[in-house]
Amino acid sequence: MEVFGIPTALLGSQLLIGLINGSFYAILSLGLAIIFGLLNIINFAHGAQYMMGAFVAWIALTKFGVDYWMALVISPILTGAFGIVLERTMLRKLYKLDHLYGLLLTFGLALIIEGIFRDQYGISGQTYEVPEALSGGVNLGFMFLPIYRGWVVVAALAVCFFTWYMIERTKLGAYLRAGTENSQIVQALGVNVPLLITFTYGYGVALAAFAGVLAAPIFQVSPVMGSNLIIVVFAVVVIGGMGSILGSIVTGLGLGLIEGLTKVIYPEASAVVVFVIMVIVLLVRPAGLFGKS
Amino acid sequence: MNTQASHASHGQLVKPTRSNTVFLVLFALGLVAPFAVYPTFLMKALCFGLFASAFNLLLGYVGLLSFGHAAFLGVAGYVCGMMVRDAGVTPELGIVAGTAAAASLGWVFGKLAIRRTGIYFAMITLALAQMVFFLALQMKATGGEDGFQGVPRGHLFGLIDMNNNIAMYYLVFAVFCIGFFVIHRTIHSPFGQILKAIRENEPRAISLGYDVDKFKLIAFVISAALAGMAGATKTLVFQLASLTDVHWHTSGEVVLMTLLGGLATVFGPLAGATVIVTLQNELADKVGSWVTVIMGVIFVLCVLMFRRGIVGELQALVKR
Repeated sequence: MEVFGIPTALLGSQLLIGLINGSFYAILSLGLAIIFGLLNIINFAHGAQYMMGAFVAWIALTKFGVDYWMALVISPILTGAFGIVLERTMLRKLYKLDHLYGLLLTFGLALIIEGIFRDQYGISGQTYEVPEALSGGVNLGFMFLPIYRGWVVVAALAVCFFTWYMIERTKLGAYLRAGTENSQIVQALGVNVPLLITFTYGYGVALAAFAGVLAAPIFQVSPVMGSNLIIVVFAVVVIGGMGSILGSIVTGLGLGLIEGLTKVIYPEASAVVVFVIMVIVLLVRPAGLFGKS
Repeated sequence: MNTQASHASHGQLVKPTRSNTVFLVLFALGLVAPFAVYPTFLMKALCFGLFASAFNLLLGYVGLLSFGHAAFLGVAGYVCGMMVRDAGVTPELGIVAGTAAAASLGWVFGKLAIRRTGIYFAMITLALAQMVFFLALQMKATGGEDGFQGVPRGHLFGLIDMNNNIAMYYLVFAVFCIGFFVIHRTIHSPFGQILKAIRENEPRAISLGYDVDKFKLIAFVISAALAGMAGATKTLVFQLASLTDVHWHTSGEVVLMTLLGGLATVFGPLAGATVIVTLQNELADKVGSWVTVIMGVIFVLCVLMFRRGIVGELQALVKR
């Protein structure tokens, strides 16, 4: 079978890879947006924390025999706790300063984390076996679907939906949204804003780690897996704007699909297509697709 | 970045004479330095010093954080390398060509990035520079992962043999002084005052009738051109342009040099660049990948408790 002269199996598998990358873009840009909303900090360490999530899962499996399903819970909790420590000890001191200092601090932290892992595990990747329950695949007729890949998309979307629900439909989320609008007034009304900030950062970091565990069986677990990804996610954030939760999710998935499609049509451009779209969006709609200017 | 930056520049305005003395002393030191210190190290420090000074013009005096300055350094290096090795022009023309290429790229980046401010500005410049990195990786002309090798130093004006390290040093020193002078003149001109006004209070600058975007763009192009000048010169020194020069690590390094030396100070970026280049030279073969960790630690310390940087702290000491 062919569509526009392209075999559907090829098209389907590339679109699936695109959808998976898009899911990672969506989770990561969602985490960045939540953190930015309340802390006004762009978390440059997000990519390093995603890498940490994958490594915690890998270490847990190889050293302690902790399986994938446990890792999916433990890794985000541990990495999120690490994020909370960072927030309490360092980020907290910068809230009164220019926002750019937060970017610079987290950039330094990213260098430290990445450097330590590179020293310990080298630059080459470690393999993480696909859990047994999710191995194998299904023949859909027009293409072959590895079950794990389907699971990644479903799990990522579920987490994104959960986050959206928490923020838009619960009381805690209402505090968070109010804090994003005006944290001083929310504090005056008796909400413990510093605690809210701490947990928001922790949750954002945990999201990155969750994406890292999902990614571990697909990509190689390597110290540099996060740093290249995070720059693309920054472009995704510029394209979507950080104003809307659903906007981040839709933009992330959409760009992943476009990237996958580019790999079929013109592979050479696939590494830069997101950046090219960013340029176009900046020219046409500088505030971003979902931005509030 | 506003409060401490205004402190620093204040020091400049109050005591211009002291600044002049420092200038003369440093200039004299620069003239005799290659006879006391390994010239290749000095050339590297001067190239990165100019790179950081150019970056400082943007962050320190206009308040714009570009996280993509490696693109200008790298592209100018490639263009200079191609002109000198493949088109066979003399080294000074190679530097001019590299600078022009960086300025044009700076215009494009600037046009796009100044559509947003603050954190977005940093992310846009980073993403654009990453695009340049991927292009450099994939294009045949740049030599991809091998880098652009075997660039001859040639003869300056077709006369002076640049393979002599001392001669090469004086060329680098001259380039540095030209770049430094351009930055100095830019900052201490009416144009520079308007840049500072934009940094301190953009809405007010707009309400005074200044076309803020135009000023930002011109500053961005000057900064990019000078970063390119540093990159082109560096290519001649090391006879190589590589992917490292366009990598985001380099963009981060120049931020670190500027921050460590002292934001919005005249000599800070040079001081910061010298310290970082020294550290890299000393540590590279001893600690391996811990260099990255050490850079990260310095970054964190600078941001948390040392925001004025080396020169900024010194100025504060002298003023007391």
